[in-house]
Amino acid sequence: IHFVLLISRQGKVRLTKWYSPYSQKERAKVIRELSGLILTRGPKLCNFVEWRGLKVVYKRYASLYFCMCINQGDNELEVLEIIHHFVEILDRYFGSVCELDLIFNFHKAYYILDELLIAGELQESSKKTVARLIAAQDSLVEAAKEQASSISNMIAQAAK
Amino acid sequence: MALSGMRGLSVFISDIRNCQNKEQERLRVDKELGNIRTRFKNEKGLTPYEKKKYVWKMLYIYMLGYDVDFGHMEAVSLISAPKYPEKQVGYIVTSSLLNENHDFLRLAINTVRNDIIGRNETFQCLALTLVGNIGGREFAESLAPDVQKLLISSSCRPLVRKKAALCLLRLYRKNPDVVNVDGWSDRMAQLLDERDLGVLTSSMSLLVALVANNHEAYWSCLPKCVKALERLARNQDIPQEYTYYGIPSPWLQVKTMRALQYFPTIEDPNTRRSLFEVLQRILMGTDVVKNVNKNNASHAVLFEALALVMHLDAEKEMMSQCVALLGKFIAVREPNIRYLGLENMTRMLMVTDVQDIIKRHQAQIITSLKDPDISIRRRALDLLYGMCDVSNAKDIVEELLQYLSTADFAMREELSLKAAILAEKFAPDLSWYVDVILQLIDKAGDFVSDDIWFRVVQFVTNNEDLQPYAAVKAREYLDKPAIHETMVKVSAYILGEYSHLLARRPGCSPKEIFSIIHEKLPTVSTSTIPILLSTYAKILMHTQPSDPELQNQIWAIFRKYESCIDAEIQQRAVEYFALSSKGAALMDIMAEMPKFPERQSALIKKAEDTEADTAEQSALKLRAQQQTSNALVVTDQRPANGTPPVSELRLVKVPSMSNVDHSSADHGVTQENGTLTVVDPQPPEPSADLLSDLLGPLAIEGPPGSAVQSERNLVPGTEGVPNAEDALAIAPVGEQTNTVQPIGNIAERFQALGLKDSGVLYEDPYIQIGIKAEWRAHQGRLVLFLGNKNTSPLVSVQAVILPPSHLKMELSLVPDTIPPRAQVQCPLEVINLRPSRDVAVLDFSYQFGTHVNVKLRLPAVLNKFLQPVSVSAEEFFPQWRSLSGPPLKLQEVVRGVRPMSLAEMANLFNSFRLIVCPGLDPNANNLVASTTFYSESTRAMLCLIRIETDPADRTQLRMTVASGEPTLTFELKEFIKEQLVSIPTVSRGPAPPPPPPPPPTSAPAALSDPGAMLAGLLH
Repeated sequence: IHFVLLISRQGKVRLTKWYSPYSQKERAKVIRELSGLILTRGPKLCNFVEWRGLKVVYKRYASLYFCMCINQGDNELEVLEIIHHFVEILDRYFGSVCELDLIFNFHKAYYILDELLIAGELQESSKKTVARLIAAQDSLVEAAKEQASSISNMIAQAAK
Repeated sequence: MALSGMRGLSVFISDIRNCQNKEQERLRVDKELGNIRTRFKNEKGLTPYEKKKYVWKMLYIYMLGYDVDFGHMEAVSLISAPKYPEKQVGYIVTSSLLNENHDFLRLAINTVRNDIIGRNETFQCLALTLVGNIGGREFAESLAPDVQKLLISSSCRPLVRKKAALCLLRLYRKNPDVVNVDGWSDRMAQLLDERDLGVLTSSMSLLVALVANNHEAYWSCLPKCVKALERLARNQDIPQEYTYYGIPSPWLQVKTMRALQYFPTIEDPNTRRSLFEVLQRILMGTDVVKNVNKNNASHAVLFEALALVMHLDAEKEMMSQCVALLGKFIAVREPNIRYLGLENMTRMLMVTDVQDIIKRHQAQIITSLKDPDISIRRRALDLLYGMCDVSNAKDIVEELLQYLSTADFAMREELSLKAAILAEKFAPDLSWYVDVILQLIDKAGDFVSDDIWFRVVQFVTNNEDLQPYAAVKAREYLDKPAIHETMVKVSAYILGEYSHLLARRPGCSPKEIFSIIHEKLPTVSTSTIPILLSTYAKILMHTQPSDPELQNQIWAIFRKYESCIDAEIQQRAVEYFALSSKGAALMDIMAEMPKFPERQSALIKKAEDTEADTAEQSALKLRAQQQTSNALVVTDQRPANGTPPVSELRLVKVPSMSNVDHSSADHGVTQENGTLTVVDPQPPEPSADLLSDLLGPLAIEGPPGSAVQSERNLVPGTEGVPNAEDALAIAPVGEQTNTVQPIGNIAERFQALGLKDSGVLYEDPYIQIGIKAEWRAHQGRLVLFLGNKNTSPLVSVQAVILPPSHLKMELSLVPDTIPPRAQVQCPLEVINLRPSRDVAVLDFSYQFGTHVNVKLRLPAVLNKFLQPVSVSAEEFFPQWRSLSGPPLKLQEVVRGVRPMSLAEMANLFNSFRLIVCPGLDPNANNLVASTTFYSESTRAMLCLIRIETDPADRTQLRMTVASGEPTLTFELKEFIKEQLVSIPTVSRGPAPPPPPPPPPTSAPAALSDPGAMLAGLLH
């Protein structure tokens, strides 16, 4: 997988992750081209678009298009189900995920994606494992926060 | 929001969302960037929380597509924060913001490394993820060993190891040297025993990348892959959480089958059998179900299984099963399956024997050409293109033409190019070809490039039978209203040349032809006017007896353009006017164009260049090779020497010759004339432009007298005949030999074939000899592909093998005649009797105008009978010691070695199937290699080689070769020496000298070189 894009129906970018090196200029161009290509496609067409010698596998969930770009020879359906797998994990994490969740918690989406894909390859196919790892990360952050606040409490107390 | 816990960030995102337009958004972003910039400037006052908040904002802004040219430093610095929350943000923002080429990343290498080798598991994960996602070459060099350690460490938990596997995969992609192949292959095999499916999935991805590059080292992984696949496919012992809609990890199944496709074959019958059982199960046991995701997942597995079956070249029964399955798929309602069915059917074309079954689905595929989905239409077009051959070309091309009128814009260009190529390649007769191209120009003129109509003109010019037909057709199209400009060009050209052949038909008198063409003149652009002027001049010339009225009309036009601002038009107008006033002289200069030299179609060449590596194209090539009909032989060789392309059409007929030319249709004569009468008043242009290709001949520089003069000067030099005119007129065909220049360097081609098993052995303007070889132990099977590149047959074809005494060779019957544009295959069996470096020679001759004879060395060389074998230290040393000295073990100091690094030398050895065994020799400047040699007398015999180099002087080395047979030791030693001392030159073995390399470029040589001419056609 060369990159992952989440684009809204209005063409707004919700998430981008690039596994092949693209400069910011190229990134913008890719997004522009693909929005034009994918958002205009009708509902009953196949989930694959050929583009610049590569293939983009996409799927629409409500108002959001999930796109992943792969090589010509890669297995398209496999990638299509990686998309769905990702969506299911997001859904489980946010509890029936909607576009707003992803907009305001785009950083969470990044964490989850990083547990799913590395180097553009599937890392974990168990939803349960991903959920467990993300929960562990969250609790680490929480613990650090509590620790910080308890220290600041102590300082505040001591200062009294 | 609660989850993010960062109010500032949420507020900013809301603000952005509330912006009414792009302008407002930009203002808001600029404000925020300004804010962040000032905050970062006095960094001291920033709390970790604020820092996190700002880098997230930066990433958000960046994601929206704005340039963020500062703050990278702050993001990177968070990586080295001691606490998890900051570190996590630092890693993730850095890996999203930067790519591998950013300098800032270097700053982080040390911190990243510390996190990787540190004890903190969560930090390890963060670091591995970053490197896996954006690691570049530098990361590869400095981190690979640490990552490897984590992957195979038994104390690491799966969550770290699966990340390490993919991280290593990334580093391997950036620098393949990071995985030490020798030790790593065993480790890799061990990794495949992994119980944790997450780690196994990642490891399998790594394996796919490794075997894609070099499967040799990973044979031991093959049975493990088959086992893993069996386990998954039978759902044995797969934890519930690793099933997806009831299917045991479809992704792992797909990856495993992908890995298996990189092994050329499966030797072990048991493994092969169990694999086929699994595949059969997948092929037959996959049903269409209601649930979309389950369906997709099971079909992902199914399509991968299909690909593996194709790769393994299963028996015909299973293949037809696959085609039947695909036939079903291309007709289903679900668009994804339809798309994939077509795509895989195109891949299936590569498999021999099933083309006929695929052809049965032609009607359904044609229906898909009208699918509402452009992705599916594209697949259908590619498939039709790939499956086209002489038997169905008419149907398919006609469908394409029909579709052209309704096709959407995005596809027309591709469609017309493909139709043109198919028409040319598989035309059952040439008049049909002319029909197709004219229709193409008529329907989609904008998309018909100049190459296409140039090609029609070439065909018409070279085939007399076609000329009246083409003229009639051209005349018909001119009657249509509002024709495309390209149509004007091609019809004007054809009618200028051949309208006199129609003179008796109604509406085809010179006058009528002239007036209907002239009607178009006001509508055309300046690039077409010169063609029209040439046509007028030709019409005038053909009008016998001359018609004063017509003459006055045409002269008036010439005079009008005498002051045209366009130099080309002006020159033509002036010259044609002057020439046509000369009366009889016009006859000779304006005579019909000579035949074009045979050349490869620029179109096909172009198509190959653009799609060189797509499966469809290879399928097409394959099919073109298999055609025994008049398919054009496809060459893929460019001219090896940098001959500047000469516009070969700048040839002029001299008066003394015109009668010869009219009476003779023989290619040979034309070729002779073409070679001898070249007039090239200017130095060859680096690239003759497209127009001059066809228009050039008539635009004679200077008065014709001087042109003739210069030819006379030229000819005696070439022929040694004092009377130039005699030489031209009577030079008998067939008396000279080898006036034909080979294309490319024969010696280099031979050298190259020593290293690979298929390629071109020889090529000249008329024939291409390709070779394909398979070697097994002491036996070999070569196939010679003799391809006639012309539109006329090659006759008196003779091929004789002169085998050296150590090879038994048997060539099957070579036909005496090769039909036009056909290719014949001649198998050649080889048996190696004993070790020797002598080389077999193919004495090949044919007649095409002249008699051509070449002697070609055949690449049945010593190293073809080697089989790589890699030995361990325990095996090597006892052997080495037991072969104690001459004649079984020979040593020699070799001087004058082509300097190369040890790695290069190792590569060279490996390419000759002498497998370098790293680590056996403690001295890093030495190299130890082993191989097995096969011949009838020696059977399989192990050979050991040791090279000791001198780092101070790379031009000398000491070589020791050992084997159980004295001759073998000697021959192998000499063989290696030859390779080390002079790589690309001719071997010093007793082989007869190869044909002399092409002489320094001369104009005639360039002329007969289609490659060079081709370059003239291509911009």
